Amino acid sequence: MTATTEPATLNFECETGNYHTFCPISCVAWLYQKIEDSFFLVIGTKTCGYFLQNAMGVMIFAEPRYAMAELEEADIAAKLNDYDELKRLCLQIKRDRNPSVIVWIGTCTTEIIKMDLEGLAPQLEAEIGIPIVVARANGLDYAFTQGEDTVLAAMAQRCPRPAEVKEEEKAERNAIQKLLSFGRQSDANAAEPEVKAVDHPPFVLFGSLPDPVVTNLTLELKKQGIQVSGWLPAKRYTELPVLDEGYYVAGVNPFLSRTATTLMRRRKCKLIGAPFPIGPDGTRAWIEKICTVFGIEPQGLAEREAQIWANLEDYLQLIRGKSVFFMGDNLLEISLARFLVRCGMTVPEIGIPYMDKRYQKAELDLLTRTCQEMAVPLPRIVEKPDNYNQIQRIQELQPDLVITGMAHANPLEARGISTKWSVEFTFAQIHGFTNARDILELVTRPLRRNAALEGLGWDKLVQTEATI
Amino acid sequence: MKLAYWMYAGPAHIGTLRIASSFKNVHAIMHAPLGDDYFNVMRSMLERERDFTPVTTSVVDRNVLARGSQEKVVDNITRKDREERPDLIVLTPTCTSSILQEDLQNFVERAQLDAQGDVLLADVNHYRFNELQAADRTLHQIVRYYLQKARKHDQLPAGKTEQPSVNLIGSTTLGFHNQHDCTELKRLMADLGIQVNAAIPAGATVSELRQLPRAWFNLVPYRELGLATAQYLEQEFGTPYVDVTPMGVVETARCLRRIQQVLNAQGAAVNYEDYIDHQTRHVSQAAWFSRSIDCQNLTGKKAVVFGDNTHAAAMTKILAREMGIRVVLAGTYCKYDADWFREQVSEYCDEILISEDNGEIGDAIARLEPAAIFGTQMERHVGKRLNIPCGVIAAPIHIQNFPIGYRPFLGYEGTNQIADLVYNSFTLGMEDHLLEIFGGHDTKEAITTSISADSDLNWTREAQAELNKVPGFVRGKVKRNTEKFARDRGFSEISLEVMYAAKEAVGA
Repeated sequence: MTATTEPATLNFECETGNYHTFCPISCVAWLYQKIEDSFFLVIGTKTCGYFLQNAMGVMIFAEPRYAMAELEEADIAAKLNDYDELKRLCLQIKRDRNPSVIVWIGTCTTEIIKMDLEGLAPQLEAEIGIPIVVARANGLDYAFTQGEDTVLAAMAQRCPRPAEVKEEEKAERNAIQKLLSFGRQSDANAAEPEVKAVDHPPFVLFGSLPDPVVTNLTLELKKQGIQVSGWLPAKRYTELPVLDEGYYVAGVNPFLSRTATTLMRRRKCKLIGAPFPIGPDGTRAWIEKICTVFGIEPQGLAEREAQIWANLEDYLQLIRGKSVFFMGDNLLEISLARFLVRCGMTVPEIGIPYMDKRYQKAELDLLTRTCQEMAVPLPRIVEKPDNYNQIQRIQELQPDLVITGMAHANPLEARGISTKWSVEFTFAQIHGFTNARDILELVTRPLRRNAALEGLGWDKLVQTEATI
Repeated sequence: MKLAYWMYAGPAHIGTLRIASSFKNVHAIMHAPLGDDYFNVMRSMLERERDFTPVTTSVVDRNVLARGSQEKVVDNITRKDREERPDLIVLTPTCTSSILQEDLQNFVERAQLDAQGDVLLADVNHYRFNELQAADRTLHQIVRYYLQKARKHDQLPAGKTEQPSVNLIGSTTLGFHNQHDCTELKRLMADLGIQVNAAIPAGATVSELRQLPRAWFNLVPYRELGLATAQYLEQEFGTPYVDVTPMGVVETARCLRRIQQVLNAQGAAVNYEDYIDHQTRHVSQAAWFSRSIDCQNLTGKKAVVFGDNTHAAAMTKILAREMGIRVVLAGTYCKYDADWFREQVSEYCDEILISEDNGEIGDAIARLEPAAIFGTQMERHVGKRLNIPCGVIAAPIHIQNFPIGYRPFLGYEGTNQIADLVYNSFTLGMEDHLLEIFGGHDTKEAITTSISADSDLNWTREAQAELNKVPGFVRGKVKRNTEKFARDRGFSEISLEVMYAAKEAVGA
């Protein structure tokens, strides 16, 4: 007789898709900041504008490099010519801001009225002399962070081939490397010996991260002798990395499956499927996988990881043995859940808008392995969740923490359930060894706050328990 | 197509959702793509709402695009009806459903067959109406629906209430200080001996709506929201309405006199003159404030006012008529109702601006250089950039405009709040200005180790007298700067000459 064990495979479910998330056009908010010479034009309605204006709060006052091309009734009824209208607006943008690229964000409305943005762009591009990149980041097809995926997939097509880049330009494109090796020469002799760069094929990373995180991850790889020859996206559109057949690429975020597909199929790159560098465990697994592909024996990673975990101990004490429920809205859920299981938490449910089992395979495997090693049950993964049903399950399970959107956070808190607003994970710096503490800072904040207020007896603040 | 960075009024469905979520036990189902339920975030965040916002989405995705919604909308309505037993479900079209042109009315009729509660399709077109117009229409639609239903079932109550009574119409969720205004109006009515028959939509149930005709009159405090309902009630039941916004001392009195007239016409024989007089002179501080020397100092100062019709018009009148401030520009973003605005403010301001373009308003403010702005959050940011203080008087608003403390804009307590708002805006501006004249906030080098500037320097009597003339809040600063100047140059005595030299040096 075999011992009864937990099933060794993850359990995937799919619900109704009636959940709350941000519209994917929200990606303009962080991408315009990342790509400094860009201008994002969202071609949509007042609804889109209202969302951006309210979701981005104060950012909109800082003269953002994004705007709405607000469609009016005459546009919908095709009484106006799309090409002429877009030309008028893009010329105005060129006059006012002179960007190096204009990114058109297609919305639900342009989909429904079948505005041929991909067809119009090359024509207009030739006429006004500014590259126009088209990304269809709409709510009909995508959720929240997937917006970035559609933009980067479109950008991937614009990355130059080696032959297209002049010699002097090459140095410019390698700005990251230059930055990292700046002043290194003198240091290297005095301090630790410089790791010898390994001879490996060109390697490009994709995913938009804040510059300090880019530097940080690039340095981590450099310690293993791996050269990052470019990053999609770069700080400027004019610095997009060179891509060619046979280049290796790796993703830094779990929601970039279209970009990965584009890089493989259209640019003939080789994708390194690895867990994502979120949490010290993820970062180590990410580096190890890249090293393996390049035939490098990773150096000092175990010690590095152990050191990070040791530094997290004060936070770990707060969450060990506690349960966390992901309602799902930004596709970071699998990676975060895997990290939190390693931290000693249990995860009854991981809601996720969309699950690409191929792109996230290594991450899913690591999650399974982590659950086994930590001896906790495997979570149920609910794709396209139904928020109403989830709230019933939350009421039943009474988890110690619910990671959820702002629509549900206050109502859940009023019912005595601790919540953390999921969007913060998208905007905070969570990648690499160094930022593991920031993730736990976010995760433990509601627990620390509740500890501070304990004893006041105010944890349930609704008069009658509503049916929902 | 229009290049737009900012918008003042939201899309139509927001108006419908504000009405639906104001009522108790009414659920709205949006026919919209994923991500359009941002309304829930706003309500939960801005209003710090403890309950789940009763808005769900019947998601429009690729499949719907290809094959139509088919059973989806009907299923979602009946499901919500089963799960939460709302009295009413409002199917809310969005910009997406406007162009898909699905027969939503048909879905509503089919869902009505199975649903226990009532089902309505909000009659708003995204491309024709904005948030405010849509809210006005939806409230009217719901009221009409329930009164017609009551009439059909012979459930309309007969006659009026025994005592004079009122319906307060127009207080909604996400309305600017609406909750406090509603409380203030109820207090005001209680003071006047007027029963509140109903307050809609905020906090009301749809079953209360059939009681609406029992009121002696309707009070519509906001120009943008509720007028259509009041007009309908007048038409159907002959209920008169008062649409004077009781904001500011003069307008509150005018509103009360209108109420008096309306009630006396129905035989109430009331006289509110004593009440108005007592409130004005002794309870509200605003009338006294406008006589006080504080307000005297504001005489002729320039201000720009911009907002929705209600608040911008009322604010313009308060500034010009009650405080002697010169309103150099009054504006509204309610383009669809611009004539009313012009008529209201034309005698109280130099210039009128009707625009939805934030850039145009910013440019006007830059050109006019007012001492203070009274506008929306957007004007507050214009003010920040131009270093002009701004009091926020209308939506669009942020979370800080949903205070927990009691802050009505209407009624007599409202006049106090407005006086504070105006005064604080101007003094801040004045302080800022004086600080600039006397050399800024931060002293770059410490003069003494202690913060107080007691020192061995002698001030001549004239200089001391001059120093005393400097307004109190910057006097210490001027003193320190002057003494620092004197020390740096080795003067042991501060005379008037040294003082002026210091001022010039600091200013230079």
